[in-house]
Amino acid sequence: MHKDSILDIEHLTVRFPDKTVLDDINLSIQRGTMVSLIGENGAGKTTLIRTILHQLKPTKGKIIAHPGAGRRHLEIGYVPQFRNIDTGYPLSIKSFVGLNRLKHRWPFYLPQEHAALISALKRTNLLKLQNIRLGSASGGEKQRAYLAQALVNDPELLILDEATASLDVKAKNELMTLVQQLNQSDQLTVIFITHDFELAQKYTQRFMFLNEGKIETGPVADLSEKFLEAHA
Amino acid sequence: MFVFEFMRNAFLASTFIAITCGLVGVFVVARNLSFLSHTLSEIGFAGAAFGVFVGLSPLNGMLLFTGASSLIVGTLSVEKSHREASISAVSSLFIGLGILFLSLSNKNASYATNILFGSIVGISVAEVNQLILLSGIALIALLAVYRILVFDSFDGVGAASQNIHRNLLSMFFLILLALSVSIGAQIVGSLLVFILLTLPAASAQYMGRSVPSMLAFSLGFALIGVWLGLYLGYVTNWPVTFFIASIEVVIYLLSLIYNRWQTN
Repeated sequence: MHKDSILDIEHLTVRFPDKTVLDDINLSIQRGTMVSLIGENGAGKTTLIRTILHQLKPTKGKIIAHPGAGRRHLEIGYVPQFRNIDTGYPLSIKSFVGLNRLKHRWPFYLPQEHAALISALKRTNLLKLQNIRLGSASGGEKQRAYLAQALVNDPELLILDEATASLDVKAKNELMTLVQQLNQSDQLTVIFITHDFELAQKYTQRFMFLNEGKIETGPVADLSEKFLEAHA
Repeated sequence: MFVFEFMRNAFLASTFIAITCGLVGVFVVARNLSFLSHTLSEIGFAGAAFGVFVGLSPLNGMLLFTGASSLIVGTLSVEKSHREASISAVSSLFIGLGILFLSLSNKNASYATNILFGSIVGISVAEVNQLILLSGIALIALLAVYRILVFDSFDGVGAASQNIHRNLLSMFFLILLALSVSIGAQIVGSLLVFILLTLPAASAQYMGRSVPSMLAFSLGFALIGVWLGLYLGYVTNWPVTFFIASIEVVIYLLSLIYNRWQTN
């Protein structure tokens, strides 16, 4: 275990009946860093993330979370890859962001929940757009709304799953700049799953490269080298 | 018109029907279950006919059949690509069964018409009380899972990434839907109950931008439909279901126009 890590992964193995997806992985993610997770389709990125999110049980090994001071468990915000929001989608951006409030059962929001909702909208520059229908928002605005929904429970760790894949270059950079700001101002730790090396090098500090069940890590400067090695 | 006991019963019953169907309908539409709710109402017809055949009340027969079949559909057809076909098959079978049970029970054609298209004259105080009780159960069930159901219905992908028992929730909602179909069919009839379960909610999607506002619009539209429908039916002696259907369609068209006008 490293000093000031937010997540320690020790000897993690995940095996499905037909194949071993993750094979004895050891990994430590430092609090407050931005890390990109890279690998071919089927390399096990989703399996790793689902294990971190407690949706899959490890076959062997463990994941140790270190929540910050005053927190009982590590709150993780997750922005999934595919969302089916078409133009007829009826909810406003504000209502959509507020969907992810499951800690209470009341059909209405408590005052502190409403404050958290407004704060998430503010942090993603959506305050002015909060009442427009999500269905009529632009691609970049939609991605910001997905991000805001993941932020609404004030997570310490944010996982972005191919969040920029459907965006044009300008919107990609806007979204990543926003994530970088959150990372710097709130000490938010970020795992950024991507195929886009350029974005990874521009916005994250370290990389995790998954290949045939094994993981390699390092500073993003070494990324292209590693990738070429793997494909040699 | 409230001098007549049957009108008082009909108003009370349809008020609770509108509340249940109006609220549950918002989730039916959000979860794309309009077609299934139509099938469940046909199954309800078979259930009512079966009830008549074995000596149960039509409502209890419906509850039995729709409840059982929602469990079957829930376990059978999780995959979307197969859902429509399997629902059609189930639906054909049940309409056939309904006709069989009716013919075996030697009831006349007007009885079948009542089950299929609804009737306001036949509702007794005891039946009204049962309807109110069932509505209460449906609303409490809705309230118990409200936040999870809202998340799962309006953002399935987002809800899937949380640790929610989505299959269990789906099943729970199907049973709730079966209950609502059986309740709603008592006034508008089993063939047209899906009007109350889908049209007010579909209109509400054009009007509201938050789930509470959609629930309010849907509830309002459902209430306007049944109240005005009952009144017009009383005055003209035409079938109430005809008026309810027409009113809901008009509201739907107006909402559609309003939405077009707003987005332009």
